[in-house]
Amino acid sequence: MSAVDAAVRPRRNIELVLLILALVVGCGANALTALNEGTSLGSNFWLESGTITIASLALHVSLRFRAKYADPLILPIVVALNGLGLAMIHRLDTPQTDYGNAQARWTVIGMALAAIVIWFLKDHRTLRRFTYISLILSAVLLVLPLVPGITAGDINGAQVWIRVGSASFQPGEVAKITIGIFFAGYLSTNRDLILLAGRRIGKLQLPRFRDLGPMVIAWLASIGILIFQHDLGMSILFFGIFISMIYVATSRASWALLGIILMFAGSVAAGYIFPHIALRVDGWLNAFDPNVFGRQYGGSYQIVQGLFGMANGGLIGTGLGQGRPDLVPFANSDMIIAAFGEELGLVGLFAIVMMYALLVTRGMRAAIGARDAFGKLLACGLSAGIGLQCFVVIGGVTRLIPLTGLTTPFLAAGGSSLLANWIIVALLLVISNAARRPVDTTPIAPDEASGAPETILTQAVKQR
Amino acid sequence: MNQAIRNAWIAIAAMFALILGSISYVQVVDADALDANQWNNRAILQTFCQDRGTILVAGQPIVQSVPTGSESCKYQRQYLQGPLYAGLTGYYSNIFGSTGLEKSMNSTLTGTSDQLLLDRIKQLFLGQQPQGASVELTIDPAIQQLAYSLIPDGMRGSIVVTNPKTGAIIAMVSKPSYDPNQIATQDQAAAQAAMTKLQGIPGINLNQSVSGPTGNLLAPGSVFKLVDTAAALASGKYNKDSVLPNPAEMKLPGSTATLPNYAGGNCYTQSQATFDFALEQSCNTPFASIALDLGQDAIGKQASAFGFGQDAGDLLHLDYQGGVWPTNLDQAQLAQSAIGQFDTKASPLQIALMTDAIANGGVEMKPSLVKTVRGPDLRVVDEPKPEVLRTSTTPAIAGQITQWMSEVVSNGIAKGAAVPGISVAGKTGTAELGTSGLNNSWFTGFAPADNPQVQVTIVMEGVDVLTGAKLTSPSASKIFEAVLKK
Repeated sequence: MSAVDAAVRPRRNIELVLLILALVVGCGANALTALNEGTSLGSNFWLESGTITIASLALHVSLRFRAKYADPLILPIVVALNGLGLAMIHRLDTPQTDYGNAQARWTVIGMALAAIVIWFLKDHRTLRRFTYISLILSAVLLVLPLVPGITAGDINGAQVWIRVGSASFQPGEVAKITIGIFFAGYLSTNRDLILLAGRRIGKLQLPRFRDLGPMVIAWLASIGILIFQHDLGMSILFFGIFISMIYVATSRASWALLGIILMFAGSVAAGYIFPHIALRVDGWLNAFDPNVFGRQYGGSYQIVQGLFGMANGGLIGTGLGQGRPDLVPFANSDMIIAAFGEELGLVGLFAIVMMYALLVTRGMRAAIGARDAFGKLLACGLSAGIGLQCFVVIGGVTRLIPLTGLTTPFLAAGGSSLLANWIIVALLLVISNAARRPVDTTPIAPDEASGAPETILTQAVKQR
Repeated sequence: MNQAIRNAWIAIAAMFALILGSISYVQVVDADALDANQWNNRAILQTFCQDRGTILVAGQPIVQSVPTGSESCKYQRQYLQGPLYAGLTGYYSNIFGSTGLEKSMNSTLTGTSDQLLLDRIKQLFLGQQPQGASVELTIDPAIQQLAYSLIPDGMRGSIVVTNPKTGAIIAMVSKPSYDPNQIATQDQAAAQAAMTKLQGIPGINLNQSVSGPTGNLLAPGSVFKLVDTAAALASGKYNKDSVLPNPAEMKLPGSTATLPNYAGGNCYTQSQATFDFALEQSCNTPFASIALDLGQDAIGKQASAFGFGQDAGDLLHLDYQGGVWPTNLDQAQLAQSAIGQFDTKASPLQIALMTDAIANGGVEMKPSLVKTVRGPDLRVVDEPKPEVLRTSTTPAIAGQITQWMSEVVSNGIAKGAAVPGISVAGKTGTAELGTSGLNNSWFTGFAPADNPQVQVTIVMEGVDVLTGAKLTSPSASKIFEAVLKK
């Protein structure tokens, strides 16, 4: 055991090298876009590149101080994705719009939040104390967009936004985190009860009804999102996160299957009940029908234009700034994958998908390495969420599944999504630090006061 | 628990594999079909906003792409002296497509033609924006401007000036014209409004295949008598000394109608006429009797030898209508068709080509509009050489007709086309438009008669006899003078 532990190294230097590479990719894409469009690199470019570089390095330094065993791949991957997204959002900005600079500001805020989480959350298990508070918080966040006065109303068919002053925010994105914390806390505490109590029917071990509570709550919440907010994507995402966590908690494939069947049944029923979902399915199945293509609401114009763009990009793409991704509605948010497919081609899109796959894999790896059930469940749920989100978005854009309005993590324009995802990254980094950190065999390490793992929860947030 | 995490990872990895598969399907397997989809306007939009090649006349651009400063569409086509050249350049619009040279020379102007392959490879490696080749025209801007000004505003007419020895087009204009900038604008609403307005103007040359010098099919009137003359001489039944019947009025066989000579001229002074007198005075009945004598097939054969109903070769780069010689004629219709009435039709360029052939010893050259094509590096990629289009008649017959046409100008009814010190050969025509009293008034001819350098064909549509006479032969004289005394 000690021989293995001796081999564990912080790997912060590798992270630094990869981070610089990631910054080169992100800022380089931004520069290429400007050059290909024939505009010079203005002070705005240097200011933004400088800020992002400093913020990324500050995150890196935070990790060196507070979580030096954190996974060295996660931060560079996310910085690269975030940088690519920024470049594409800038590229899609017209003289009348300024999503790029807004996204840059959100990026810095997101990175700052991540640094705060890394700095003050020494031990992720602290969060377990907030299990039920998280449940309440999730419910509040999900209901907020429906509250008169702060709701931003129906935007593009979904009612998921709130308006605070002049800024709009999607609380559901943050609810991803709180609901993850709740499930992780609840399941890690009650998994034995869920597994062992209850009766057996044939091969199927059924839990007691009261232990099934969270599952029912999750299902109802998902359906609620669908009914009241018209957001199929978010609904699938929430339920998907829950299914993955209950499966990991119980190792019961039959339950996961049950959950998937419930999700599928819910979606199909929604298709029959809600006309806007039926239209989306129709737009997916009959995208090339002239009536569907030309339909003003729920038509296939957007997805077909996205497919045209990707086809135009082909194998190696048109080059940044040289395609026409602006022809696709919502090119900088819901359809940003089509924009990358057009300008970076199949090769570039594969690279992006592989980065996501690697990010999810590192998150899962942290879950395997984590030494507590709560950490395992939280890391797994958050990682699965990112993976599922990628699948729903990219699958929708490429017409593998019906298009639903989910954002592409880190790439798509949108402050709330970016903030939430940076916090998720910080949590994964903290959990991976706990997972990779050598096990301290001595109860108290007197020689290494600063570097010793905090074992007492109350010390986790102590000020230095 | 760890095994379950691994299984969850496998499920998510499978999802990523599915995504990679669907991306591959869209971007590789289905890409060609998507590119060719009827709703996919990316190809048009992409080239629409590209830096297209310049079209030049005498080294000066007449069409060029100028940077817009806009991100979404980087270049805008600009037509300098738009109305003067609109009939040649056409327009390049993202809603109405393209016409004229913008259409026919598209692959050259965008740089995608095979001749420009090397340039494309170079641009690829140097990371440059694709650039098109520039096209220099055979047009002489001074003559083009002169010809354009010789058609009064508000009137309908065409002028074609060529070099009969090479087929090079020196000037080609028509009115009413339009400003292509109005249609090529990126402001779609403005373009739509301009197009609607322009389409309401009768005779406007928006589409070269049905309007303007290349596509507007008109009754040629008496200029068609040159075809009759060539057919007569070629038949062997007639020679330069033949005496033709010249009654003031001819009864048309199988019909109650009659075919008169023009009342205002000198035809009535002789009841019989030689070729030179008949052509000089443009008497109708001698040529009607030739046609009745030779038959419609012989006239038709000569007409196609001059290019009626034929194409104009691959150097013109404009849509073209080669004229019509009607078929299945009864005798009365044949007589009328032989003097360029009834269903006989010709575009102004077709008449010009016929005159070119007479001027060039019976050999019709391909009309050509492009002088040089230069790559983005100004290297000459293409420089079309003059090519023979067809043999229309023998040198002897061409020479004989030239001599008679010279007399038409020196002694006959085309005196207005004369240029002091230069022998001009010419033929006028007046095709009646029904019973309106209005005519299509023609002049076609060349100079100098002994060594032809320039051919001029003019047609004014819907004019009275006096106006027609004023706007054809005298205008031709001015153009001859301008070209030859340069």
